[in-house]
Amino acid sequence: MNDTLANTEKKTAYILTLPAVLLVFSIILFPIFANIWISFKEVELKDIRIPEPRAKKIVKSISDEPSKIKILYKLRNSSLIQEIRDVSFQDNFPKTFEIENLDPRCSYKKQNLKCEFGNWPAKYRENFQVVFKTNDGSKIDKKNLKSIKPKLEGKSDNILLNTNFTLKNFKKVLFENEFVDLLLTTFYYTFFGTVGSIIFGILTAQMVNQKFYGRTFMRSVLLFPYVAPVVALAYTWELLLDPNSGTLNSLLLNYQIIETPINLLGQKYIEISILGFDFKLRLALTTVIMFEIWRYFPLAFLFILARLQAIPKELYEAADVDGASPFQKFFNITLPQITAVISILFMIRFIWNFNKFEDVFLLTGGASGTRTLPINVYQQGFAISDIGMGSAVSIVIVVLLLMFMFFYFKLLGKRVDEN
Amino acid sequence: MRTKNTILFSLISTFFLIFLISIWKILATLQGLSINSFNIEIIFIFGFLISLAHLGIGDRIKSIYKSIIFSSIFVFCDGYLIQKLPIWYNVGVFLIVYFFTNRISKYTFIGLKEEHSTQVILFDFLTLFGILFFSFVILFPFYMMLVTSFKTQIALLVNPLDFSINFGQDIKDLFKSYFVIFKSYKFGKYIVTSTIVSVGTVIITLLFAIPAAYAVARLNFFGKTFLSTSILIIYMFPAIVLVIPLYTIFSQLGLRNSIEGLLIVYTATTLPVAIYMLQGYFKSIPKELEEAAILDKLSWFGIITKIIIPLSIPAISSVALYVFMIAWNEFLFSLMFLDNPNSFTLSRAIQYLSGDAETPRQYLMAGSVVVTLPVLFIFVYFEKYLVSGLTAGSVKG
Repeated sequence: MNDTLANTEKKTAYILTLPAVLLVFSIILFPIFANIWISFKEVELKDIRIPEPRAKKIVKSISDEPSKIKILYKLRNSSLIQEIRDVSFQDNFPKTFEIENLDPRCSYKKQNLKCEFGNWPAKYRENFQVVFKTNDGSKIDKKNLKSIKPKLEGKSDNILLNTNFTLKNFKKVLFENEFVDLLLTTFYYTFFGTVGSIIFGILTAQMVNQKFYGRTFMRSVLLFPYVAPVVALAYTWELLLDPNSGTLNSLLLNYQIIETPINLLGQKYIEISILGFDFKLRLALTTVIMFEIWRYFPLAFLFILARLQAIPKELYEAADVDGASPFQKFFNITLPQITAVISILFMIRFIWNFNKFEDVFLLTGGASGTRTLPINVYQQGFAISDIGMGSAVSIVIVVLLLMFMFFYFKLLGKRVDEN
Repeated sequence: MRTKNTILFSLISTFFLIFLISIWKILATLQGLSINSFNIEIIFIFGFLISLAHLGIGDRIKSIYKSIIFSSIFVFCDGYLIQKLPIWYNVGVFLIVYFFTNRISKYTFIGLKEEHSTQVILFDFLTLFGILFFSFVILFPFYMMLVTSFKTQIALLVNPLDFSINFGQDIKDLFKSYFVIFKSYKFGKYIVTSTIVSVGTVIITLLFAIPAAYAVARLNFFGKTFLSTSILIIYMFPAIVLVIPLYTIFSQLGLRNSIEGLLIVYTATTLPVAIYMLQGYFKSIPKELEEAAILDKLSWFGIITKIIIPLSIPAISSVALYVFMIAWNEFLFSLMFLDNPNSFTLSRAIQYLSGDAETPRQYLMAGSVVVTLPVLFIFVYFEKYLVSGLTAGSVKG
């Protein structure tokens, strides 16, 4: 009895979870593995369209002979690079039709014209013509004739399914593609974006955790950058920072703080000298990181605020009795209480910043030294149209991600053991 | 100690005043006033003097009179320095200084002698400064987005700093950018597409996620732990690594440029977090209710629809709103899968609009306002639900 109950429970569980599991596996897990497959192939964007045999049907009446009609099929192979094998052709005609000249490749039975065209090489074109006459001499309805569409079928190789593999993509990614520069840019972007957003998060959470008028409103406002659509925000920033008529540059010029406009999103380096030391700052990258921090610190804020509100009040009261200063309270009570949240946040934000595509893409498109790995996936796959290369970069991303996760869980595990 | 504290207090409060006045000056400049300098030195001297005078006078004058006197003196001197500015600007300065003097009115000589008083002051002013700074930094781009959409290209070329809105003009001229994007750029259609995609994603996600979450929360089956851990790990995998395989597969299946394609991908990417959030909530529902239902011979379908769903409306609303927000804001997949303007979503349409260098910026900003407003409205209105969704699902972003 119990056994059958457990069995029904199991069955129900599988029925309930199956749709979700199937969908997630086919749309998320399968593509990750498909990436591995594609990354070992030489595939370009144009190769992924499956070649099709196509026919355009043109109906022409023949002068002086109203009972006859000429039908022209413009046949072609839709692909410019691949051949189609064993092309077959079918078209139907009204009952009264009789064929005049039959092509040797074709047969006409029961108002059905069938042809076997054999193999069509890439870019193949042919004008194929048949003439019909009606056996009862009635008027031919051209519109009706046109509305019947011919059927074509053919076999072709799907370039994605054959088993030609190559290591060329990985060789290119790792050795020819300024890979070190790419990694460094991605790392700067990820690291400083993460650290910055956490610092801002701590500051704002500490701020909102105090009592002041309009606190709930402030909490909503602080989340605005995180909930608003990235497209709108990125273009607004772009307009604000535009070197020619952007508000920021106009303001700085107006107050005579700068003499010439600064192209914050279009300039790779800026020379800065502090105390006689000259160094080059990656300007566009810094701006993009600023945007990143601006957009994602609300998340850190939300996490840290939730943690701050859970800290027992007694701790602070005890500190007050001991005569601790506000800064002592912050560094000795608040900060140790939020380190756990911060380390989780650091991992989450690090992984997500590492994969961030939209922000950089919309602000700079990856120009002026802001090309990160995700941007490179897009550029390889869609700008240069090399799908194989794009996949290879994706694989690099996945491998690095798995490494981060592994190290992080190791570190986390160690910490837990120590405690 | 007292002298040191007095000077520190005055310095800190003065910097705060400088910050306040500077923000006001920036906002005034953006209304087309010609203010070419912050006059920081003058404000510094005045602020310092006001702080000192405040401490010196102490309780001898009622604080409201004190504030009014200080503000009037400041406005008079500031107005004398930057002449020909309209009344509203000076009223603003007056209110700011009034606010400032009110703020410092709680500090007295006696208070400054207490232990840690400088740190307390610093902390207080840092909080105040932070509130203003972050409000400004966050709201400024949104403000600029809104006001730019009401300007014209010519007006912005004549004076790139004049964002004042002329409310006297015809409504048709004021909202011209909005009329144009709806008429010439078919934004009405994009709104419909975006709404269908987002609402559709919410419905399908819930349809798939509720049963799955129920199974994970309540039933015992082989592979349960594997499923619940893999949900989170799958969630950490980024969209960018899915793009190329999905693009090739969707091209071959003819799913590109279709709403169905987007729905499938959006549902799949939001399902893990939806299941994760829902199962957590389902676990908190007392089991006794279901046991009673099983005795009543209710099937699992009955249990879910008659017990679980009515009891978890708050959690389901959180998930629904969060998923809606993700689907509405989504950009990467709509960029990859849609290249026919007839099937654009709002985000994709704005990006397409910006691809044409000839597009005037006010149209772009009007489009941005159109895509941003619904989300912000929903967020403010349903904040309680959305915040819990954000914290639970915030691994995504």
